[in-house]
Amino acid sequence: MTGADSFPPDAAHAGLRRYHAARWDELTVMELGQPGRRGVLIPPAEPAIAASAADAAALIPERARRARPPALPELSEWEVLRHYLRLSQQTLGMMGVSLFGTCTMKYNPAVSASVSRLPQVREMHPLQHPDTMQGLLEIVCRLDLALRELSGMDRFVFQPGGGADAAYTHACITRAYHAARGELGQRDEIITTIQAHPCNSATSAAAGFKVITLPLEENGYPSLRALQAALSDRTAALMVNNPDDMGIYNPEITRWVDAVHEAGGLCFYDHANFNGVMGKVRAAELGFDACMFMLHKTFGAPKAGGGPAVGAYGCTERLVPYLPGPLVVEQDGAFTLTEPADGIGRVREYLGNLPQVLIAYAWVRAMGAEGIEEASDLSVLASNYMDAQLVQIRGVTRSHPQLTGPRMEMVRYSLETLTRETGVTAVDVQNRMTDFGIDAFWLSHEPWLVPEPFTPEAGEMWSREDIDEWIGVLWHVCQEAYETPEVVRSAPHCQVTRRVVGTGLDDPLGWATTWRAYQRKQQEHPAVPAAAPGTS
Amino acid sequence: MGHPYMANSAPGLAEEMLAQTGYASVDELFAQVPPEHRMKRPLELPERLGSEAALRRHLTELVGRNTSCEDALSFLGAGTYRHHVPAICDEIAGRHEWLTSVWGTPASDQGRFQAWFEYSSQLGELLDLEFVGLPVYSWGCAAGHALRMAARITGRSKVLVPRVLDPERRAVIGNYCASAQQSRQIEIETVGFGPDGRLDIADLRARLSADVAAVYVENPNYFGLIEDQVADVVAAAAAVGAEVIAGVDPLSLGVLAPPGELGAGLAVGTVQTLGVHMNGGGGTGGFIASRDEERYAREYPTLQVSICDTTEPGQRGYGIPLFAQTSYGAREEGNDWTGNSVYLWAIASAAYMAAMGPAGFAEIGTAILQRGQYAADRLAAVPGLAVRFGPGFFREFVVDFAAAGKPLAQVDAELRARGIFGGADLSRAFPELGPCALYCVTETHTQADIDRLADALTEVIR
Repeated sequence: MTGADSFPPDAAHAGLRRYHAARWDELTVMELGQPGRRGVLIPPAEPAIAASAADAAALIPERARRARPPALPELSEWEVLRHYLRLSQQTLGMMGVSLFGTCTMKYNPAVSASVSRLPQVREMHPLQHPDTMQGLLEIVCRLDLALRELSGMDRFVFQPGGGADAAYTHACITRAYHAARGELGQRDEIITTIQAHPCNSATSAAAGFKVITLPLEENGYPSLRALQAALSDRTAALMVNNPDDMGIYNPEITRWVDAVHEAGGLCFYDHANFNGVMGKVRAAELGFDACMFMLHKTFGAPKAGGGPAVGAYGCTERLVPYLPGPLVVEQDGAFTLTEPADGIGRVREYLGNLPQVLIAYAWVRAMGAEGIEEASDLSVLASNYMDAQLVQIRGVTRSHPQLTGPRMEMVRYSLETLTRETGVTAVDVQNRMTDFGIDAFWLSHEPWLVPEPFTPEAGEMWSREDIDEWIGVLWHVCQEAYETPEVVRSAPHCQVTRRVVGTGLDDPLGWATTWRAYQRKQQEHPAVPAAAPGTS
Repeated sequence: MGHPYMANSAPGLAEEMLAQTGYASVDELFAQVPPEHRMKRPLELPERLGSEAALRRHLTELVGRNTSCEDALSFLGAGTYRHHVPAICDEIAGRHEWLTSVWGTPASDQGRFQAWFEYSSQLGELLDLEFVGLPVYSWGCAAGHALRMAARITGRSKVLVPRVLDPERRAVIGNYCASAQQSRQIEIETVGFGPDGRLDIADLRARLSADVAAVYVENPNYFGLIEDQVADVVAAAAAVGAEVIAGVDPLSLGVLAPPGELGAGLAVGTVQTLGVHMNGGGGTGGFIASRDEERYAREYPTLQVSICDTTEPGQRGYGIPLFAQTSYGAREEGNDWTGNSVYLWAIASAAYMAAMGPAGFAEIGTAILQRGQYAADRLAAVPGLAVRFGPGFFREFVVDFAAAGKPLAQVDAELRARGIFGGADLSRAFPELGPCALYCVTETHTQADIDRLADALTEVIR
């Protein structure tokens, strides 16, 4: 593709990167290989073992034996490696610029990753005697102390496997707390806001609570009056984010906390958006009973496309007895494990994703207090730097345009004007931006309060040049929307595949989550999903 | 001096960027945060280890205080297992493109979606089930979700779980079944075990009734014993309209009958054994799978990946079916909840299953059976020790220390002094067994390792 006349138009004339994704037309692994090929061999039994248990099948009761081998592919080692390397190359995966809002894209330092791969981390069994795990337990303890300092809380646990799991932990602890006070049956409502992450309401419901969701007022957050109207002797807890994903900080939050406490409820601070307020506010000083930090977002651990992650759950003294066990305690420089007195048991097996705990601890040490405060400053600065330019792009508006002051570390924008004037949607723009090597932006959690939303978060890792490139691509794509809207609507053009068509995915005939389901449905209903390997 | 993790910390840049914002100071950008909310003093954290050299030294010094299962000879299992992780699994899971990032579109991150689909596809082959979700946090979490799915499917609120169950997993299930409202509680009843250590099917039958939503049965069970009655459990549950959820380790399914073939509608289990290191418990991950029927599919809390069309005729893409029923799509109206999970392990597991193939799974199953039998024979011959519950186990077996002449904790301490981690102590979770431990033997153990254990135990118990 060269020249401005080609379709899609060449990026070069706009001064943009001429990116194209790797495209290997790679078949699924289920279609590769030949009978008898091996990717890995198993150590054979030594003669004495083979002699003592010659007939292995006889060691399995007849009814419990597998009759037919699984229809797995048979590949050589290199074929397996190459296949997945190709798939990794077919993943843009932050090789471009990812300003994926709410997720706080960060550099994952190579040094902590390399240490987390040492046998003294990797080859540790969770049930080892604490004497043999002193290093890991000390790291847990040290990160706990650092998070206490950042939040004012009295104790952290790392068992929850993500932010949502930490929210679930809070819902379980809320149950235990009220049960201990003989109020469980009575306190069955958790209050949240429509701008809080869906996990807060979903985990509350999963723990058996009724959910009350407060709407936003014109100023971008729910009114104290609405909260007060929702409070009663049935209130079990409040679960909120602050600032929210629109970059709006609720200045009345301490009055909220007071009101909830007065009604007898607990207050949980979902610190998903901590990156903008590190060293600025402390959850316990605002009155919260508990909070959650995501080590895979704010603290430099990898996101890995959806975990392994850690939702570090911290609470004040009065909730410590209800924490899930085991807890790491230090005594005279030695670390042991204990179970909390009235603990909720487990929300997940074991102490948590310890490599991520190590990586987060390493991040805290590499940053230091001064670096952590600077990271907040830089991320809020970068967001406002972007904002000054984004609002000048034709078709882009900021949520709550009447709020003219600075926002926090991210801002929600709308492409409603663009959509109205060109028919090009936020999803179209997202897809088209990937044609320039820009990772997909985040739209918004459900429900979309802002039409055609997108939510960039610049963070502290990306350079000004990266941010400028991102803005330049958005500017260019919005320009295209007005001039050649079909280019944007039909994007992506330079990606691994064309745009995925989701229709049929909620139809039992259309979905196929495994190769065998796909093959069966192809046979039964040949017309349903696509057939041939990805070519173009 | 610029910080290596922050490009805009280079001198002068922040000032230049600030000038573009129209604000006079960075502090003005925080105008939304009332002064009384602001922290009153600087953060007090341990001193910065600014150089990578200093940081690495500190970290390696800390982890150097651990003794790993590579340093010692370990016979710990009980829910987390040390199997050989092929080097290509680490190579693949360590790729920056999927390690560092979060999400792209199905077109821009096609490779990740395809790898996830291949995880589900291969796991489905092992399980003999056609619908597989993306992984959840752990086996316990998978079991908890599956029990809740069954309660929704049947509209019933009682579940039966085996007494022989990992206490960690059982504790997770306990939380998942509890509710703030009595009316939404899922009642858990425990099914005992027989003299052979296996599920007491008579007890199960006595507890089965038309108010039971699901029976949860594991194979092999927590004691390592192979259940040959799963088909009977399925038949008994079907007679009262209850679902059967089979708990399995896919690694065993090269030699053990898969849950689909045995008639279970739902299956859960671990993915840690499929190419993931133990990571001190941080390798934990679980799966939920089922028959590809709407009644199951529409109750999944997870995301899943499906083959689908793209806008180019004949091109294959990958999309996310049934998104609207997740908490992402429906908040508190969705099925339970979902969020970040252990999706990287899905990719490691996909590579593992592809490397193993049908022969690899058959051979590893055989190797584990043979080594386990050899180890059980050796330990049974140690004076003062007995192997409980007889033959027919996979990877783990119960060793009875009642006649050992010293407390189990002391035996373990003396083994540790010899560089050996003995099996998991069962006496707290299963006091009815007396002083027993669960010994785990995998393909990573050589005959010499097993002989060394037997010799050490002989010495310690003497």
